[in-house]
Amino acid sequence: MAQNTTLMAAVAGGGAPLPEGPPGRPRALRLPHGPKVIIGLVILAVFVVVAIIGTWAAPYSPNATNVATWVRHVLVPGTGPGTGVPAHYYPLPLPPSSSHLLGTTVFAQDVLSQLLASTGATLFVGLLAAAMATVLSVLVGVTAGYLGGFADESLSLLSNVFLAIPGLPLLIVLAFYVPSAGTSILLVATIIAVTSWAYTARVLRAQTLSLRSRDFVEAARISGEGRLRIILVEVLPNLVPIVAASFLFTTLYAIGVYVALAFLGLAGSPTSSPAGLWNWGEMLREGFANNAVRGGWWWWWAPPGLCIALLGTSLALLNFGIDEFINPRLRVAGLSRRAAKRAGIRVRPSFGVTAVVRRKAEPGGEVAAP
Amino acid sequence: MRLLIRRLGFYLVAAWAAITFSFLIPRVVPGNPVATAIIRAETSGQCNAACVHAIELQLGFNVHTTLWTQYFQYWGNLVHGNLGFSWSENAPVGSLIVSYLPWTIGLLVVATVIAFAAGTLIGVLMAWRRGSWVEWVMPAAAFFQAIPYFFLALVIVLIFGQTGTMLKWLPSLFGYDIYTVTPGPNWPYIASILQHAILPGVTVVLASMGGFILTMRNNMLTTMDEDFVLVARAKGLPTRRVVTYAARNALLPVVSNFTLALSLVVSGQILVEIVFNYPGIGYHLYQALSELDYSLVQGIFVVITLVVLAANLLADVVYVLIDPRARQAG
Repeated sequence: MAQNTTLMAAVAGGGAPLPEGPPGRPRALRLPHGPKVIIGLVILAVFVVVAIIGTWAAPYSPNATNVATWVRHVLVPGTGPGTGVPAHYYPLPLPPSSSHLLGTTVFAQDVLSQLLASTGATLFVGLLAAAMATVLSVLVGVTAGYLGGFADESLSLLSNVFLAIPGLPLLIVLAFYVPSAGTSILLVATIIAVTSWAYTARVLRAQTLSLRSRDFVEAARISGEGRLRIILVEVLPNLVPIVAASFLFTTLYAIGVYVALAFLGLAGSPTSSPAGLWNWGEMLREGFANNAVRGGWWWWWAPPGLCIALLGTSLALLNFGIDEFINPRLRVAGLSRRAAKRAGIRVRPSFGVTAVVRRKAEPGGEVAAP
Repeated sequence: MRLLIRRLGFYLVAAWAAITFSFLIPRVVPGNPVATAIIRAETSGQCNAACVHAIELQLGFNVHTTLWTQYFQYWGNLVHGNLGFSWSENAPVGSLIVSYLPWTIGLLVVATVIAFAAGTLIGVLMAWRRGSWVEWVMPAAAFFQAIPYFFLALVIVLIFGQTGTMLKWLPSLFGYDIYTVTPGPNWPYIASILQHAILPGVTVVLASMGGFILTMRNNMLTTMDEDFVLVARAKGLPTRRVVTYAARNALLPVVSNFTLALSLVVSGQILVEIVFNYPGIGYHLYQALSELDYSLVQGIFVVITLVVLAANLLADVVYVLIDPRARQAG
């Protein structure tokens, strides 16, 4: 099958060939670093902190409303004094001010409080769904790749079918039939995980297939190691970088999909019964459904959207770091010009040869071996 | 050729799985959602007894035949192009979808082709000029990749759309100007369609290009280290030709992984259509969801899946055409 001959990730760069070399000390312990990774980690850390303390740190409850003072009351034309019709007012949200740092919504609710309270569900659904999907894909992918034969054929078919059916429509139909999905992090995450494990499984299967015939695995097999032990001790540790990259990529995907479901109104609104969870997609849905774009009330829907984009960027930056760790060719390309000069590498016209860079702890200790 | 037949067989299996899933899910989930939907149809006043009965048959609710009989009936209907009846639109699902499809496919094809071509070119350029300022495209591409399609759509409406508040350059609602032009083969109608497609198209292109850029850059960097590139360079071929050779080879994994990319673009476009009220499949899916019109939701799911599978088959044909190895293996 042509589809399986490559490991190249279609979107975020999942797996490139593993670094060759003796499997002594696990390379995973030498964590990737560099500006991209550090920026990614810092942003992610901020979001994790907000996710944990968000509800508590928010100035108000996300559902709190104060119709008297948290909106501007505008007189409906043709009513009120002088017209003989009793005065009617319609509410307009307040722009950001010192008492409402991100303004208010047309429902007289505080946007900042909603943003803070929404971080938790959004992030945890993403992480939990990715964790479940990753476990599922390791089980399917490694089993298929290592066992081969009929098990491989059937498991590969399963993951390819899941991959070929477009993800969001499948998820929409699933969530449509589970109307209470939005009330529990676990339930939403499970539904998302079921539809997002297939790509990683395919990458892991191909990688396991190539690992299976390496010398050190053969040696373990000849020396009489059990199948389970070989998989756990010889194969799995070599898959760690790919699993890590896939986990980040799946988190990114899961957050995007969760937000999309909420935007479609399939993840339960906090005012419905049973109440859905506050999340960034729900904020975007409420803003969009209540003409926030047309009214120019950007403070209502822009902050959650920017948060999604920032969180996603941080995960993608971490992924770049892991990619560069897995694939030395990308590592050199990721060097800044100054760093490359210090290491004595001509980065640019270098077809056919990639310098190997080993970054060491001491400053200026980068060794180039063209 | 054998490869293509194998792939065709696989897509048939995938289509069978999707259709069977669509048949089974209303019949296996605990009754509540389906019952709610039927009550909604009954009380809407748009759906008489015959229409309610048709929906019950479609969803297997209150039907006292075996699952197998229902399954064969379902397939029989499907083969005759009968996808059920939509009570909210008061028309057969099949003909409704046929009227939605041209909008979606037109926008999707044009936007995907532009995003693919531009993204691939930028990716090659980034790999070629590695280490220079072009590297800064990377975080930008990651940012655009991480933005949800519908949020980007909202921002674009705000800035450029006539329903926004800033520049008001281009129309950002509906597929054409429904107030002033009459549909049909006349120039104002076509011009209006083109004008209305610009903003949704730009949204899909911007949101999907990041993925193509990053994939192509990574593939290109890996390919540029292959021996054949070194040989081409050692032979003294001009750099431009070396890059072309490397790019052609780096393109192969992109094409063979088209499945995932397409699935993401289709999912994204559904949301973009909603923001722009663009009269394609995604917008009507949204409408059907809010009306609890299950027949229409499921019909749309089945058709989207079939269209995506057909597009995948097309990508496989392209792959066989551009990779001689795949032809020889077949």
